[in-house]
Amino acid sequence: MTEVRHERAPGDRPSREMNESAPSEFLVYTIGLVVAVLLTATSFWTANTTLLWSGGVVLGLAVLAIAQMGIHLVFFLHISSGPESTNNVLALAFGALIVFVVIAGTMWIVADMNTNMMMPSGAPMSMRMQH
Amino acid sequence: MNIAVAIDQIPQEALPSASEAGPAPKRIVVAFGFWIFLLSDIVMFAALFASYAVLVRSTAGGPTGAQLFNQTTVAIETACLLFSSYTCGLMSLAVNSRRYLRTYLGALITFALGAIFLGLEIREFLSMIAIGAAPQRSAFLSAFFTLVGCHGLHVALGLIWLTVMMVQVAVFGFAARVQHRLLCFSLFWHALDIVWVGVLTVVYLMGVSS
Repeated sequence: MTEVRHERAPGDRPSREMNESAPSEFLVYTIGLVVAVLLTATSFWTANTTLLWSGGVVLGLAVLAIAQMGIHLVFFLHISSGPESTNNVLALAFGALIVFVVIAGTMWIVADMNTNMMMPSGAPMSMRMQH
Repeated sequence: MNIAVAIDQIPQEALPSASEAGPAPKRIVVAFGFWIFLLSDIVMFAALFASYAVLVRSTAGGPTGAQLFNQTTVAIETACLLFSSYTCGLMSLAVNSRRYLRTYLGALITFALGAIFLGLEIREFLSMIAIGAAPQRSAFLSAFFTLVGCHGLHVALGLIWLTVMMVQVAVFGFAARVQHRLLCFSLFWHALDIVWVGVLTVVYLMGVSS
């Protein structure tokens, strides 16, 4: 019983001895950097361009940000879908759920309160948001 | 080969499952515990993001984000943090292969890029306060300084931590406990970069584009 199958620590790569075909770790970090730079540059372009429909810019920026977070998780933090990474992925999924609930829930509830707030009918909508 | 077939072909007796193998090595336990802490830290950032998203239009007649933010500064800050994340990764490779010179070099570049990021951020804050856009000016600015300042505080703590780790490497060498702490540091530094991606998008890019 010399070889034991354990979970892998977050941030650790599988060792080269166990998997000869795995790409070198330096290459993994470099690919991650290149993709992250490309995504960041695209984000800056998206925010400043007039070519895109302005209503879709916010959604596009959100998609680019989530994609870049995924790139960081895979290439820098080495989160994988393999069986030895299950605990890390489960914890991450729970964290992502809480983050989603906190952000979406807060925005939903406060927007709802804003629309339902009793204001004199003469007051413009902007008055409610400005204070 | 199909991965399902490949898994079936692993002799299961040869590889006892984790529950049969006894406690996991300390490196895995330490890193997993730190992973849980990082996720709780990100949940705290989520609360700050939520309050910022709610208050972003509450400028009380004061300056808006589009008037305050300088995209050139933000682009340099982003580049600094991204490259420092990369050099931090290269440093952890040097730590795993126990190379002193590369570890010190990676730590030095990581520290320098992090310090440039922090310096630019402090300069941005001071220039905003100088033109009257202080945290007490409006709810938007309170939320802005809390969110971005909290991230900057994390970066500052990370720089102190990195300095302490390099002293430990110099004194203790690559002892197991020093390697565990360096693994935790690299997790922390990469997580800060992930939070910065959110700050960059939600605060700066959405602020100047809307």
